[in-house]
Amino acid sequence: MMGLSVVFKRELASYFATPLAYVFLVIFLVLAGVFTFYLGGFFERGQADLQPFFNFHPWLYLFLIPAIGMRLWSEERKSGTIELLMTLPISRSASVLGKFLAAWVFAGLALLLTFPMVITVNYLGDPDNGAIVTGYLGSWLLAGGYLAIASCMSALTRNQVIAFILAVSTCFLFVVSGFPLVLDAFNGWAPQGLLDAVASLSFLIRFQAISQGVIDLRDLLYFLSLIAVWLAATAVVVDLKKAD
Amino acid sequence: MIEIQQLTKRFAAHTAVDALSFKVAAGEVLGFLGPNGAGKSTTMKMLTGFLTPSSGTASICGHDIQRDTLAAQRLIGYLPEGAPCYGDMTVTGFLSFIAEVRGLKGALKRQAVQTAVEKVQLEAVLEQRIETLSKGFKRRVGLAQAILHDPKVLILDEPTDGLDPNQKHQVRKLIQSLAKDKIVIVSTHILEEVSAVCTRALIIAQGRVVADGTPYELERQSKYHQAVSLVLEKPVDSAALNALPGVAGVEVSADGLQLSVLAKADAVIFPAVNALLAEQQWPVAEINVERGRLDEVFRRLTVGDAA
Repeated sequence: MMGLSVVFKRELASYFATPLAYVFLVIFLVLAGVFTFYLGGFFERGQADLQPFFNFHPWLYLFLIPAIGMRLWSEERKSGTIELLMTLPISRSASVLGKFLAAWVFAGLALLLTFPMVITVNYLGDPDNGAIVTGYLGSWLLAGGYLAIASCMSALTRNQVIAFILAVSTCFLFVVSGFPLVLDAFNGWAPQGLLDAVASLSFLIRFQAISQGVIDLRDLLYFLSLIAVWLAATAVVVDLKKAD
Repeated sequence: MIEIQQLTKRFAAHTAVDALSFKVAAGEVLGFLGPNGAGKSTTMKMLTGFLTPSSGTASICGHDIQRDTLAAQRLIGYLPEGAPCYGDMTVTGFLSFIAEVRGLKGALKRQAVQTAVEKVQLEAVLEQRIETLSKGFKRRVGLAQAILHDPKVLILDEPTDGLDPNQKHQVRKLIQSLAKDKIVIVSTHILEEVSAVCTRALIIAQGRVVADGTPYELERQSKYHQAVSLVLEKPVDSAALNALPGVAGVEVSADGLQLSVLAKADAVIFPAVNALLAEQQWPVAEINVERGRLDEVFRRLTVGDAA
């Protein structure tokens, strides 16, 4: 797994080698603030918690996380460096995981930079900081789910814009899979079991529980296995498409 | 030792590499020749574990590239076609990354990077981002990356493409200096390069081997092998040359001033031609004995007729 840490380091550094990292961080922080204070009515609610902050994360991530993830593999394929990477003595899983972890840590960093939110709410009232920590953990897991999907979509194409659009669309399906929008497509013909299964894939429902401070092992497992499945798919797609 | 057996790669519409088999021993510098699309790059990509063969096997020093991929890849230094590198990294950053992938740390890593940088003369651009470099420098970064861990097997896909004559010369010297106990496979379009650096030349066309031998053996297949070429100051009647023993024919240029006197197989005609020249007292400006023309052999083997 030495390859993993080398790939991880290179990949993380590459975010900061271009303005991408800074542009992303600034936009993420501004939008997170706007959503919390204006759309979420942080002050108007008069409650000392970060619900208005976390509630918007699934929607914020919907566009921002694919923006981090789209370059993971498309760029390698476009510039031809994938041939270099794949002929270095690094196992496929190490490079898939290394790249994913770098993007995930970067997303985590963006999330950590929202700490003034925590200070604010602690200054104004007496919040349940345990629930806030859980909320952050849940948000990070959610970002991981989005990223794993984006990583797979990025492996599908050498065009980053296409990768972005595919990732946003797929993530959107996962966000809304508990809603009539998706369920109606199954209603009427699919057995109840399948309907429940589709509904249980929803990011939104899983995330709501965690963001309110409730850690259910099943929700944790859900996010981790979702990440594992999409990363496994990434490895398969990389192998299939690397030489195209 | 590299062993390739019945290596085949089929893409949807065509067979790029067709049951290729050959061996390369340590100390050999193999020139891999062929027209564009002959399957050179595809073969190299299979050898380095990038492409999966449709059938057949390749092993690098006993490690099968498909079953024991990482062990084989550790032994290989590879310069892919076009020398792709991470453009957003600096030269030092990129080479350090490669060194770490190769398992080098600390002082060993710095030493390896420094040696590679010196060998391909990258000192001037160490802190520049790779995407800002000229084509020649980029190619050299790719080379540095390939030789960094002093690999047993060096596979270079068109290493001198896009370099100026001085840089080409350097790269050739580099390959020659490396070669002693290593296996080097170089693909190229430049035939003079083969005579200059390779101990063996392998010509492939449509995915099959059409010639395999030392550059000298290939030159011997040329109709110009042992031919005497003359540059005259005024045209002469070439019938007398034709009549000499061992002469297969005479090619005369349109203005009649350049003659190539072709030798029959294994015949040495220079003394006879020289004697005739002295006897006839023709005004000769230049006289050469040819080794044979690789480009003519190449064309005949890969296109099918002596163009």
